[in-house]
Amino acid sequence: MDTCIEKIRELSADLLEKGEVEKVIGFAKGTIPMATSPIAVKTKQDVDKLVFNSTCGLNLANYVSKGKGKIAVIAKGCDARNIVTHIVENQIQREQIYIIGVPCTGMVDKHKIAALFEDEIIEFSEDGDTLTVSSLLNTQTLKKYDYLKGNCLYCTHKNPVLYDVLARDLVEEQKLDNLFPDVDRIEALDEEAKWQHFENLTKNCIRCYACRNACPLCYCPTCFVDESSPQWVGKGQNKTDVNTFHFLRAFHCAGRCTDCGACVEACPMGINVRDFTRKLNKDSLELFGWEAGLDVTKRPPLDTYRPEDPDDFIK
Amino acid sequence: MGNLLEHMGIEKDRLHFSWISSAEATKFVDVVKEISDKVRALESNKKFEKDYN
Repeated sequence: MDTCIEKIRELSADLLEKGEVEKVIGFAKGTIPMATSPIAVKTKQDVDKLVFNSTCGLNLANYVSKGKGKIAVIAKGCDARNIVTHIVENQIQREQIYIIGVPCTGMVDKHKIAALFEDEIIEFSEDGDTLTVSSLLNTQTLKKYDYLKGNCLYCTHKNPVLYDVLARDLVEEQKLDNLFPDVDRIEALDEEAKWQHFENLTKNCIRCYACRNACPLCYCPTCFVDESSPQWVGKGQNKTDVNTFHFLRAFHCAGRCTDCGACVEACPMGINVRDFTRKLNKDSLELFGWEAGLDVTKRPPLDTYRPEDPDDFIK
Repeated sequence: MGNLLEHMGIEKDRLHFSWISSAEATKFVDVVKEISDKVRALESNKKFEKDYN
């Protein structure tokens, strides 16, 4: 995936030199192997700091705030969908943003890879579909497809839906018979087992709110969990409060979530918080024929009324 | 929302939605009766119950 970085740097340098944009938001090398962090590059000299590889799992749409100047942003398929959502929700104007689209071949699940090693990973490199990961004790060569993030496995929008320029050729989208096999598995459980599944899922949650902070949808000036007057939800480790937080956070993403997986990427405890939002995505598609962030001209289902909207839940 | 609660293992009959005009007293009675019957049948909810100890 490293091949397109030269193109990204070249485009970024050009934009900055011409003064077309104030900054370029992209990924920079992280402080540990298999980590990248968001960076805002403001000068041509700094474009070399930009990187792009299979560990860029965060969503850069999160950093496209309401600034005055024009911003360029590196966008994978999901980042672009969240930029569309930002435009639809009036968080940013289309003219304010220059999108450097990067058709994506999927990001890797760091927890899955880390689980293969007894000790700390010290080196990570990739060449096409082959990953080479080393720790002090051993080195493993892995196939990227086997270690994709859960959301990338079911992704059908690898190509950016909106862009000004592309940093590499478009990739082929996968055709899936079932977009939600993971949701189906949970739906097949009985009530008690479902509850147990979610209890187990959130039991390690430390309420750090990394999932919320990484989420491009969570841009409220004050989040409901931080409010103290009224206090909507307890702030401690009480499991009911933890579950309430996850349930409500997910519901705030109904009809808006693009399943970018930034929440899971950011979680230090390796919790698959997508188990909550995926159900909402499935419902959005089945009940409203809606997938978020595909079209700047369409209003989201919770924002519009159609006479044919399903109403069998109301008496 | 009902669907997500059900997905998490909360019984569907615990959550009800209705639209009742202030002039529809009989409908209000019917709906409340139906809700209380259904919820009573499920017995008390132990999920999402906060333990203060």
